[in-house]
Amino acid sequence: MKIAVCVKQVPDTWAEKQLKASDSTLDRESADGVMNELDEYAVEEALRLVEASGGDVTIVTMGPERAAETVRKALSMGADSGVHLVDAGFHGSDALATSYALAEVIKDRGFDLVIFGSESTDARMSVVPAMVAERLGVAQLTFAQKVEVSGSDVTIERVTESGFDTVTATTPVVLSVVEKINEPRYPSFKGIMAAKKKPVETLSIADAGLDAAKLGASAAWSSVVDFAARPPKAAGVVTTDEGDGGVKIAQFLADQKFI
Amino acid sequence: MSEVLVLVEQQDGVVKKVTGELLTLARSLGTPSAVWVGPGYGDAAAAALAEFGAATVYVAGDASFADHPVAPKSDVLAHLVSEKAPCAVLVASTADGKEAAGRLAVRTNSGVITDAVAVSADLIATQSVFGGSTVVHSQVTSGTPIFTVRPNSVAPEAATGAAVRVDVTVALSASTTKAKVIGRTAAVKGGRPELAEAAIVVSGGRGVGSAEGFGVIEGLADALHAAVGASRAATDAGWYPHQYQVGQTGKTVSPQLYIANGISGAIQHRAGMQTSKTIVVVNKDPEAPIFELADYAVVGDLFQVVPQLTEEISKRA
Repeated sequence: MKIAVCVKQVPDTWAEKQLKASDSTLDRESADGVMNELDEYAVEEALRLVEASGGDVTIVTMGPERAAETVRKALSMGADSGVHLVDAGFHGSDALATSYALAEVIKDRGFDLVIFGSESTDARMSVVPAMVAERLGVAQLTFAQKVEVSGSDVTIERVTESGFDTVTATTPVVLSVVEKINEPRYPSFKGIMAAKKKPVETLSIADAGLDAAKLGASAAWSSVVDFAARPPKAAGVVTTDEGDGGVKIAQFLADQKFI
Repeated sequence: MSEVLVLVEQQDGVVKKVTGELLTLARSLGTPSAVWVGPGYGDAAAAALAEFGAATVYVAGDASFADHPVAPKSDVLAHLVSEKAPCAVLVASTADGKEAAGRLAVRTNSGVITDAVAVSADLIATQSVFGGSTVVHSQVTSGTPIFTVRPNSVAPEAATGAAVRVDVTVALSASTTKAKVIGRTAAVKGGRPELAEAAIVVSGGRGVGSAEGFGVIEGLADALHAAVGASRAATDAGWYPHQYQVGQTGKTVSPQLYIANGISGAIQHRAGMQTSKTIVVVNKDPEAPIFELADYAVVGDLFQVVPQLTEEISKRA
């Protein structure tokens, strides 16, 4: 089974994030870059599938030079090789452009499975896996809390608002996995050392044969008009419980017509 | 006025609340047309859509449309976008809704803005990003603007519409039928509203201390007909099921009232609830950052305060 895992480097989940005044894009320098936490589950799931039935795992990312750290992390967990799309022309790409670049790079490499985390913790759009499936014209098996592969049949439990649906397709498929599908491993020392020798292709827009006119901020099909920090909330009432805290909250809720 | 397509969110033929919100928003942008995908359209659904002003209901009622996840919605919407040239498409910001919108954007060469909390008459969307710390205004610059709108962002206002039924026949695309739904499993749901749609959410965090401790959170939630949420600390500890996690790696909620109990308010959690209209906090630690968000807060032991609150609500009911 040949598996691609698409990962994204994002600002640390626990850091405060902000937009840059110059071009309304995310300020990626002001916080440490880490692998999007939800992508760790995707890497882990790929490794488990390969450990169970053979194959190899390629990590694919698009991002600035330092996103290479995220590829190395996935390699140190046990993935076999990496593809890093890096080019100034990618900067400011929207989800549509990102899905175009990923789909183009993925489509000719013969992957059986393409696995994503269910969303990135920075943009949180959660649309790129569906867009890539649409572009590749393959089955979309997203929001999986469980994945089972038997030959070329892939069956998942897709998390829904009311429970889960069991959905099946034959390879090739695009998968996305939700948190808690597994417990991602930590890279071992041996894994970290081995990762240094694993191959990573670094591709520019031209190297990857992509159309530069479809990428970057100028090609985005939506644009930021303006942005501002949310005005600080007016301070609320804070009281200390003196045995009547519950009654006081009830009075507040009654005043606000909630009860 | 030009047409605005609203994708109906429904379960087993029952229209969800968010659809009334979207139709209300659509009326401020143009003439709302509801789009129904899948079987189950009937008088109750028609009445629910008419109540919020749907002028037309496009019904793509083929039973097989329910057999494939997400993509049939994109197929039907893409067909209608090309036939009707609407000025905008509105979809609920649920997991399915966002994916359907994303595929539609690819299919129709259109821009898509997700998680809007408002859309103005000139089609500028407001988003609240990074856990509500930044407000962004954006617009679609190519194709038919597609917006996914967060539940509870728009106050639904009734306005009678004709809800004229127009049946549409759409052939599913080849890739759509490649994924097949072969089973549906409903989670056990003690009759509480869905987290994303609930008008009131009662949440518990590290301070709840145990799975048993969530009993008091559920008790308050039931007194208020609210949904139960949990912080990551609580779901990671296994005290409450993961699907109820509110936060950056869980669900984003924007209810009228959010009651945070024993939750410190790390960015991880705030990112999922900061845009709630009214926030009530109960926490032992007066230094907890969650107090900065509170409209009303009590520094105290949640095991004293919450049961008393539940009892007081029952008394007043």
